Amino acid sequence: MNIASFAPLAVILPLLGAALTFLLIRNSRAQRTVSIVLLSLTLLLECLLLASVWEGGTAAVNIGGWLPPWGIVLVVDQFSSLMLVVSSSVSLAVLIYATGQGMADGDQDAPVSIFHPTYLILVAGVSNAFLSGDLFNLYVGFEILLTASYVLMTLGGTGPRIRAGVTYLVVSVVSSVLFLIAIAMIYGATGTINMADLAVKLADLDQGTQNLLHVMLLVAFGIKAAVFPLSFWLPDSYPTAPAPVTAVFAGLLTKVGVYAMVRTETLLFPGDTFNAPLMVAALLTMLVGILGALAQSDIKRLLSFTLVSHIGYMVFGLAMSSVAGLGAAVFYVAHHITIQTSLFLVTGLIERRGGSSSVDRVAGLAKLSPLLAVLFFVPAMNLAGIPPLSGFLGKVGLLQAGIQLGTPLAYALVIGGVLTSLLTLLAMARVWNRAFWRKPEDAEHPDPVLLAHPADSATGDRAGKTNVTLLPRTMVGSTLGLVIFGVGLTVFAGPLFKVADQAAVEMLDRTSYIHAVLGEGARVPAISEPEPGPDPARLPPASGQERK
Amino acid sequence: MSVNLTLLTVMGALYACGIYLILERSLTRVLLGLMLLANATNLLILTTGGYAGLAPLFHKDTDPGQYNDPLPQALILTSIVISFAVTAFMLGIIYRTWVLARQDEIQDDAEDRRVAKTPSFDAEDDSVVPVETSEFPLTMIGTDGQSVSDVPAGAEATVTVADRTLDADAAASEEQPGSRNVTIPSKEGGGQ
Repeated sequence: MNIASFAPLAVILPLLGAALTFLLIRNSRAQRTVSIVLLSLTLLLECLLLASVWEGGTAAVNIGGWLPPWGIVLVVDQFSSLMLVVSSSVSLAVLIYATGQGMADGDQDAPVSIFHPTYLILVAGVSNAFLSGDLFNLYVGFEILLTASYVLMTLGGTGPRIRAGVTYLVVSVVSSVLFLIAIAMIYGATGTINMADLAVKLADLDQGTQNLLHVMLLVAFGIKAAVFPLSFWLPDSYPTAPAPVTAVFAGLLTKVGVYAMVRTETLLFPGDTFNAPLMVAALLTMLVGILGALAQSDIKRLLSFTLVSHIGYMVFGLAMSSVAGLGAAVFYVAHHITIQTSLFLVTGLIERRGGSSSVDRVAGLAKLSPLLAVLFFVPAMNLAGIPPLSGFLGKVGLLQAGIQLGTPLAYALVIGGVLTSLLTLLAMARVWNRAFWRKPEDAEHPDPVLLAHPADSATGDRAGKTNVTLLPRTMVGSTLGLVIFGVGLTVFAGPLFKVADQAAVEMLDRTSYIHAVLGEGARVPAISEPEPGPDPARLPPASGQERK
Repeated sequence: MSVNLTLLTVMGALYACGIYLILERSLTRVLLGLMLLANATNLLILTTGGYAGLAPLFHKDTDPGQYNDPLPQALILTSIVISFAVTAFMLGIIYRTWVLARQDEIQDDAEDRRVAKTPSFDAEDDSVVPVETSEFPLTMIGTDGQSVSDVPAGAEATVTVADRTLDADAAASEEQPGSRNVTIPSKEGGGQ
């Protein structure tokens, strides 16, 4: 029995958990236990899935015994299983953080009790999107996670959250409608929505139709992934949600969009038809995003802008459609999910300890809580790409690939990438200087909790509420775990980069994927080159091997 | 494959109205626009399944021209369910907006407005740090508790103030408000 045939459990277990926690809605302790246990089981299963494809290869599971291309198929390959493991680790950490927050605040009211079922549905949707080998099932995966995210974003129904929720809801629905239109047109043109089958059949269409379908999909996924001109909604809607919700959204939702873009570019429409526009979009995403971040004073908003900005790196890696570029992009996605989520979790802690998430109003945290300072400093430097950390390794991989490609546009992106990295460092240093190094007395309108005497601030009273622990152990512990996981990505960057490069080779080759789904005899169409002739960037580069 | 012109026309009209409505500021109209867009897309999926009116029944002997493709209908069912859920949620949001703000309009983002109004000059980052320009800098005390000013220790540095001759150290402390060496001015405002 192959372990890959248990892949559907990655979707079913969280859904089961959602049903159980919904039944246990009056018993918050049981809810917590059920969701943590089921999410841990899911993570364990996904680790086994990753181990089964670690050496390469692709496995496909036909749901309900319907053979592809008619039935729904789930596909496990290196990229999807790597994404599953990283996303589930992150969601588990956020879940523990959220339960810690719920316990610390002693909230027993309705919004918190629906948090668990909704959160597990979100995880199921993310898993479904990563595993799906069928375009419509991908759409359903997106809808599952989006519907759950609407609820999570407006949790509590306060004014600012409703306002942010409306923007988010309308933009998401419009992008889903665009995706659905693209699916309908693809089905009309080819008569199939199985992705492996599409890889074979789309190549037979004429170039104009292909380009139309390609652009429709890229725009739909571009909205979800927040690629610049389509990223306007993200910094507007993410920051108002509760801290753990923002953290999981920032880590996972945009990356699902990036994942779908990678599949579109490699499996459905290989070749470099839209590489130049994608590169321009990547450059603008990086620069506009980070310039927006520099203008913000609220840490959550600032991080939302850096999130947009760093999506640009992934699109850059994808747009090169070379093994080195795609491999670095895969590594960068894994790195960025972890780091961005930990930064948002730390911001939640800063908000608790400092009474505000605005850098103008918090100060002196380095002295008040040195552990919090370390928790912020490590991922912040990682995000900016300071040498030993994984952010640096991912960026170096991307820059190397860009220089290998050697076109003027690629050089522009290399320069833009370095500039964005420096500006990220500036943004992070501003937060650090103000929130951590300044004296608490220098803050504007500081929260009483910030100025409280250190002796009673550890577990002391918080203004307005009574007996709220400022930094509960569960919340700090889960954040610490995630930060250590991020450092672990640095320590094990060698094997990870090897897997990422292998995944890139397989995705660009497509044979393994198509054969796994459609059987060994399936035809794999050659990638159509607009200009015939060997393209050095497409060949597996030597440096990709050296990096191991 | 023959195309049903009526369906296509209706679909186009639905898309046009839907796009017009989602550009409005009123939430109810936005909701109506989203519903129209979803239904127009359902019609689009339906047209990919062949000529409307045939049954989606398949039997081994059926001629391919005699039955409708059932898959688009399955897709439409799924998408109807999804748009139903989204519509229900959106209605909830609209009601909540009405309860909170008493208006059926999209609100501005207050933080966005604030950032846009913030001047590019930031007092903390951009202001020039005042450089010490005083001709008589205050004596600096080193870590060992001794003064580290460049006046050699033991030198009789004196300053003549009005009619008195004071130690330089005492004169420096006199300049500070609250110093005990400074005579408090009398009520008339005169000195001594």
